[in-house]
Amino acid sequence: MSASSTAEVPFVPKTKVGRITNFVDERVGGSGILRDFGRKVFPDHWSFMFGEVALYSFVILLMSGTFLTFFFDPSMAETHYTGSYTPLSNVEMSVAYNSSLNISFDIRGGLFFRQVHHWSALLFVASLGVHMLRVFFTGAFRKPREMNWVVGGVLLILAMAEGFTGYSLPDDLLSGNGLRIIDGVIKSIPVIGTYISFFLFGGEFPGTAIIGRLYVLHILLVPAMILLMIVIHLFMVVVHKHTQYPGPGRNDGNVVGYPLGPVYAAKAGGFFFIVFGVVALMAAMFTINPIWNYGPYDPSPVSAGTQPDWYIGFVDGALRLMPGVVNDFHFEYIIFGHVLTLNVLLPALVPAGIIFTVLFTYPWIERWITKDDREHHVLDRPRNAPTRTAIGVAGFTWYCVMWAAAGSDLIATHFHVALNDVTYWLRTLFFLGPIIAFMVTKRVALALQRKDREIALHGRETGRIVRLPHGEFIEVHAPLDDYKHYKLVGFESPSPLPAQPNEHGVVTRKEKRRAALSRWFFEDRVAPATPAELEAAHGHGHHEAIESVEEQKSLSH
Amino acid sequence: MKALSQKRRHPLAAIALLLMGLLVTGGLYAVATTVNQAKADTTTFSSSDAQEGGKLFAANCATCHGMGASGTKDGPSLVGVGAAAVDFQVGTGRMPMQMNGPQAQEKPQQFNEQQTRQLAAYVASLGAGPSIPDASLLDEKGDAAKGGELFRVNCAMCHNAAAAGGALTRGKFAPALAGVSGQHIYEAMATGPQNMPVFNDANISPEGKRDIITFLKKIETNGSPGGNDLGGLGPVSEGLFVWVAGLGVIIAFTIWLTSRTS
Repeated sequence: MSASSTAEVPFVPKTKVGRITNFVDERVGGSGILRDFGRKVFPDHWSFMFGEVALYSFVILLMSGTFLTFFFDPSMAETHYTGSYTPLSNVEMSVAYNSSLNISFDIRGGLFFRQVHHWSALLFVASLGVHMLRVFFTGAFRKPREMNWVVGGVLLILAMAEGFTGYSLPDDLLSGNGLRIIDGVIKSIPVIGTYISFFLFGGEFPGTAIIGRLYVLHILLVPAMILLMIVIHLFMVVVHKHTQYPGPGRNDGNVVGYPLGPVYAAKAGGFFFIVFGVVALMAAMFTINPIWNYGPYDPSPVSAGTQPDWYIGFVDGALRLMPGVVNDFHFEYIIFGHVLTLNVLLPALVPAGIIFTVLFTYPWIERWITKDDREHHVLDRPRNAPTRTAIGVAGFTWYCVMWAAAGSDLIATHFHVALNDVTYWLRTLFFLGPIIAFMVTKRVALALQRKDREIALHGRETGRIVRLPHGEFIEVHAPLDDYKHYKLVGFESPSPLPAQPNEHGVVTRKEKRRAALSRWFFEDRVAPATPAELEAAHGHGHHEAIESVEEQKSLSH
Repeated sequence: MKALSQKRRHPLAAIALLLMGLLVTGGLYAVATTVNQAKADTTTFSSSDAQEGGKLFAANCATCHGMGASGTKDGPSLVGVGAAAVDFQVGTGRMPMQMNGPQAQEKPQQFNEQQTRQLAAYVASLGAGPSIPDASLLDEKGDAAKGGELFRVNCAMCHNAAAAGGALTRGKFAPALAGVSGQHIYEAMATGPQNMPVFNDANISPEGKRDIITFLKKIETNGSPGGNDLGGLGPVSEGLFVWVAGLGVIIAFTIWLTSRTS
């Protein structure tokens, strides 16, 4: 339909529904949006769906959280429990804890919704983390998606903040212990720490203000920021288009996949219900955060097995790993009347600081080293970027060592080893683990590349041993089909980029450092098989020889 | 009053005063020390019990604890540990000890009830100590809420708020308390076995101990209102579960959803 013809003969729908739809469409332009959006192509791969899982978990969080706000009272006023959980009857507690218990035991569906909320919170951060790992290891953060990677990092921090504020709300013993640790960490910040703590808690810990304040952050500010970031994130996904794995016919100028409408939209929409179903099943069958076990918060008792939720675990683990004293060397100083406790400050802030700094700056670091300013829409298979993959695994290992340290007491009791030994081992791994992981991963990636090269050149091993007429045994190698073949040869393998002179013809010191890093990044490389090599490998008549043997065998039978 | 003032210069007055003083301090001391022992000792041991126990002790325990339970370099003296300590250690299989280690491990009992009783009678006969608690303290009819508070303040830092157990330093640990009999819980508090501190009657009254037992039995029989409790270990098992089971199932679905293409 051309513009001129619509101007001459206005479209008049025949039915009533059609007229209403047309009325709305002429004013909103929905069909245009749907037309463009419905044709948007998304590549299909299971590893692309973790972002969706995170999004859906967030939607579940909003819905279940709204239910919980109807009944939760964030007051720290004192009361006595009169609800139906008898092991706590008449125990003195805060109104917040009382209302959390009432949600759990006296409000229909309350416990289920609490568990839905908490399980989906754990799943939200977990899927976010896996999504970021996928993006990192496939190189999806490269141009033009560097900014979106940063938005994702901000989302991770916001998710952790949202999780922690929520964890603290029930005002049970466990969450109170967690808050006390945060209070200690804040107070370890030199000079201003004490003031920040007093400001945050409205006086000396625990005070009577913190739950109400965390509640406002938890249900208003942080979710609003998360929502804003999700919108920016998805907007950029639409602008950039989705990345795709390498394959025949896929390049940086196209996207191969299914259009959004109708199949992909149906799949994605259905997937929401799958995620919801999984969360609902977990909430119905497995208890999470049994606050009634922990009792009301009281600053004096600390329970064994006190841990934060998993995403804060690495900070708790770092605190557990830090020695108080090393051979009479103390980490605590008093400077001008201010106490500087490095054994709290260092583990609480430094590892997290390093992780997030590297995370946020990594796209620019790699871009600087490789001087690669092209747009990338085709992903790397992790093995085809061995150094990046090794860096990622090293970082992940470092994180996991701290993460494991948060459960050091449970490792000790459940594997019947001494707590001290667990700590010593993890301290060693804290320093050596990332190095070992880097070396092993890089070698594994290179070995996989060699295997790919071997398969590309000589085909796949079939496990069939054939004896040739002159007595030689050979294993039959079957050639790959073109699609699989493309995957094994169609990748970039950059070589180190030597130091380049700038516009004045000078090789700067910074450029030399870059060249050294580039060498470190790319010196170990397995180049993909070239067409000439493939020609040579396939041309020597190996397969024909085998086929003729086969033919002879079948004839003789 | 006048008679008393007249007699205060009596030659025997000093002796009488001394006697009175001794009686008062001794009596007070006696009262103070019995505070630390369970009051009603219903398990009265006969002399034959103690005799038989002595034989069992010489055959099975004396290698480490010495003849007459006076202790050697391998085992402490048991004089004054009381019947409760024997009933706990032998009744839970911790003694005789299987091997040296950070602490004695629970294992199947090595002595039957009667033998355990005889051993307890023998050790109790060596010196006064905490005795086996009265059944009225083990009826699990105390105040569970109060017991819960006592438990969180006194016990949870090692045994975990949900009594799931916890780690101590250098291979020592506080065991999980599910499945432990009320009598053994009481005796453990009264005698402080392995690395556990003693919670004597001045620290936690017998009624308090009864409340704690009530609380523990209540949360044990109550089950988990929210479904499977994943070991009652808190956020670590929850995190493990969401990563392995939650994400695992979801990954299976993502693979299924995308399996028909590419």
